[in-house]
Amino acid sequence: MFPARSIILFTTLSGAGFGALAWLGLLGLAGGLPDDTATALLAGLLSMALAVGGLVASAFHLRHPERAWRAFSQWRSSWLSREGVFSVATLGAAFALFLAWAVCGPANWVVGLAGIATLLGALATVVSTAMIYCSLWAVPQWHNGWTVPVFLALSAASGGLVLCAVFAWTGVLDLSPAWLAIGTLVAVAAALVAKACAWNAAAQVAPASDTPSALGLSGRAASVHPLEAPHTSETWLQHEMAYRIARKHSAKLRRIAALLGLAVALPALLVALWLGGIGAALLLTLAALAGLAAVLVERWLFFAEARHKVTLYYGAEQV
Amino acid sequence: MTSLPEPGAKKLGLVIDLDTCVGCHACAVACKQWNDTGVIAPLSDKNPYGSEASGTWLNRVHSFEARDEQGGFALHFPRSCLHCENAPCVTVCPTGASYKRAADGIVLVDEDLCIGCGLCAWACPYGAREMDETHGVMKKCTLCADRIDNAHLPEEDRIPACVRTCPTSARHFGDLGDPNSEVSLLVAARGGVALMPESGCAPTNRYLPPRERRSAAAPVAETGEATADAPGGFLGWLDRVLSA
Repeated sequence: MFPARSIILFTTLSGAGFGALAWLGLLGLAGGLPDDTATALLAGLLSMALAVGGLVASAFHLRHPERAWRAFSQWRSSWLSREGVFSVATLGAAFALFLAWAVCGPANWVVGLAGIATLLGALATVVSTAMIYCSLWAVPQWHNGWTVPVFLALSAASGGLVLCAVFAWTGVLDLSPAWLAIGTLVAVAAALVAKACAWNAAAQVAPASDTPSALGLSGRAASVHPLEAPHTSETWLQHEMAYRIARKHSAKLRRIAALLGLAVALPALLVALWLGGIGAALLLTLAALAGLAAVLVERWLFFAEARHKVTLYYGAEQV
Repeated sequence: MTSLPEPGAKKLGLVIDLDTCVGCHACAVACKQWNDTGVIAPLSDKNPYGSEASGTWLNRVHSFEARDEQGGFALHFPRSCLHCENAPCVTVCPTGASYKRAADGIVLVDEDLCIGCGLCAWACPYGAREMDETHGVMKKCTLCADRIDNAHLPEEDRIPACVRTCPTSARHFGDLGDPNSEVSLLVAARGGVALMPESGCAPTNRYLPPRERRSAAAPVAETGEATADAPGGFLGWLDRVLSA
């Protein structure tokens, strides 16, 4: 599939944004938010900016962005529509959470109530984003049980890393117990494991369709090969569904994504917890940037490596 | 509404005979012509007179080289929307632009509601939908709804343009929901099949597979030489003289 910049940015940024909102909602619900206005403002602004920035990036993928409001209407059947509805509802709940936290402090019932709404809304948004892809039978690399867990784990990991950096800069990260840092550590590890499992599963899965089946010749022809394409130059369909360039470098890119998580983000987080102070803030900023970069690379591969069934009509033997 | 309607009794669709299709592309051209001048916005082309001409087509004819136990054969394969019962392109649409008509099962796009996100084209395993890059909306086969519904056209023209124009009568149009319709009987007689039945999309259109070759008397060996037995008559005499 063609790795469109707008969609990669959208899923990466809004994934981190809603991941951060989910953590803040959880902390608000559990009474774990620090009593600090600067943290409330900075964390609120940054996580909502990431979420909204991602949604704005997604509008660049539309040929008619002026009609985007119509996408809220078909939540009964469409995961893309559900994603839009959940994201706006979550942003509303998050706004209430930050307002109550900044004005009245973390210990009041509004923070708890808005916290649970933000947590559930953010989870629903990320699940909907993943389901947009997971629901497509035509793309086997997406249509499997790993897509949703991977999106959730990467969202929790990247959002957690961003929040850890914010909390470190405002000096509230090491308030014991440091639930956010510990939670992020678990999320980063879970994301690495889930993605490794997804890549492993994708390599093992047996293709469900072949060219004879696509042409209605199952059991009739032993072999079928394309002789002549219907057109003289590449069509939109091929550009969109039969993207091949990235696959050449996919092994290298997978290693880069894994190293950014495993060798940069994870150790930086551990050292920062032990170090504290300005050193921790700097290290955690590095970890957050490494985490976001890792998700960007992963997301690029997510699209570029995915094969669409329509390629069966253009020379692919099995998909 | 992008929820699918309850399956109705009437299922309009195409039956395409892969045995008689000669790959002339007349159906694709007729489709392009009709839909360029019909009720939907024109099917735009990009750089139509340049070296990299490209554009939106609702029907594409692929040619394949196939081989079975009788030898090799050419297979011409017109590919267009199959008007699926469980059309995934409809349910993924976030705006309600894509819909399936309850009355006859035709899958259509309301171009005024389409935001051009392209998700419906991703959802279709058959590559039936193409983005019109000039108008920024999704295009697909309408089964010529603006012909078959049009009482102003002569009766014989109230069929899809591709069916009307096919010079070998390889394309048939009718109600596949009615087991006694001409198309249903044809499918039953010729063992018509759905494409990629494993998709779960339940396509309405059917493809009739190539018939068995009439005789296995003229297989071509791998070397390309005729392997038929020695001929009789003058050629046989010549063969014997030259072989001596």
